[in-house]
Amino acid sequence: MIKELILIIISMVFVNNFVLSKFLGLCPFLGVSQKTSSAMGMGIAVTFVMTITSVITWIVYNYILLPGDVNIVAKVFPSIRETGLIEVLKTTSYILVIATLVQLVEMMMKKMVPALYDSLGIYLPLITTNCCVLGVALLNTTDSAKHLGFLEATVQGFGAGLGFTIAMLLMSGIRERLALVNIPQPLRGVPIAFICTGLMALAFFGFSGMVQ
Amino acid sequence: MAEQDNLTEFSKGIFKYNPLFVLVLGICPSLAVTTSVKNGLAMGGAATFVLVCSNLIISLVRASIPREIRIPCFIVVIAAFVTMVELLMKAYLPSELNASLGIFIPLIVVNCIIMYRAESFAYKNKPLASVLDGAGIGLGWTLSLCLVSAIREVIGAGTFFGIKLSKSYNPASVMIMAPGAFIVLGLLLGFFNWRKLRKSETAMKEYMKND
Repeated sequence: MIKELILIIISMVFVNNFVLSKFLGLCPFLGVSQKTSSAMGMGIAVTFVMTITSVITWIVYNYILLPGDVNIVAKVFPSIRETGLIEVLKTTSYILVIATLVQLVEMMMKKMVPALYDSLGIYLPLITTNCCVLGVALLNTTDSAKHLGFLEATVQGFGAGLGFTIAMLLMSGIRERLALVNIPQPLRGVPIAFICTGLMALAFFGFSGMVQ
Repeated sequence: MAEQDNLTEFSKGIFKYNPLFVLVLGICPSLAVTTSVKNGLAMGGAATFVLVCSNLIISLVRASIPREIRIPCFIVVIAAFVTMVELLMKAYLPSELNASLGIFIPLIVVNCIIMYRAESFAYKNKPLASVLDGAGIGLGWTLSLCLVSAIREVIGAGTFFGIKLSKSYNPASVMIMAPGAFIVLGLLLGFFNWRKLRKSETAMKEYMKND
């Protein structure tokens, strides 16, 4: 069991890195990676939200959306026991869960750890529209892959967040150096960041096949 | 006069406010689905549909949405249309196309382009103008997706729209994988920057000459 969970983390960080091989969460990856400190803050916030999102969307998926006897809504409306709500409400319910969660995390942090709240600032509300959060919720509950257990889904969410944080940190290190070198005028800023990301992705490509 | 305005509302999305090359928005799907022109077109079409419909609805009900909760309202409207598009595509498009677009169809919900147009245009403008703006931006995005995917498909697979171009060409398959996507988009953005810089330089020279 523990071995499987460790494999999931390694797979999400190196082999299926969300940013570098799945193209998720590129907006904050390029927007907030100028400085290492803000990259770190953003990474921690995203990892936190992704882990909790995985937990809650797993519960929503298994007990509200999927058809069957455990469906809570089916106890009130027996007509949906056969079909479930999976086709029509998946995307909407996930995005609402994420939006509410981010708001809640924001309020809790403001009350309990004001120092961290201040340092994250505007990045917190932006996490709602970060595609890696919705992406991990969708990946955890795709029908084609094997059905993930509660613990596996949680660990996958955490691992994906960790992978995002590592990619952000590496990128911010590169961009801090890039600010000091003489780059051709048209490539300055975002274009050179993309090309560097491409080279990083090439390096991470070497991990593919390590874990299935 | 009014017609002229509507036309600019439509055409600005293609060049002046091109979402991918000028505003650099919606990068994630632009890189993930552009492995072939077919995928690019399907993704662009789906996003354009959502953009036009959500712009129309938001612009129709904008007076009754309080400012404080506008973002959740936008998200719910967008999510409804994304679900529609998802079900429609599952029903009418070939299943291998659906499989290759994968989770990026539901991820249209968090596509920054749609949120950006809802917030900065549809929430402030009349329905007709909002629909045209959505169609223009959607078309601009679709065209840029086609450009990126054409480059990647031709170099990376040696095909265009599924048709093999040359027998002797040995495809560089790195271009249809993750690293190629980043490098192609980086170079394209650099190219458009270079054109913009050159244009402003010539304008500056003209100005100096006339002075």
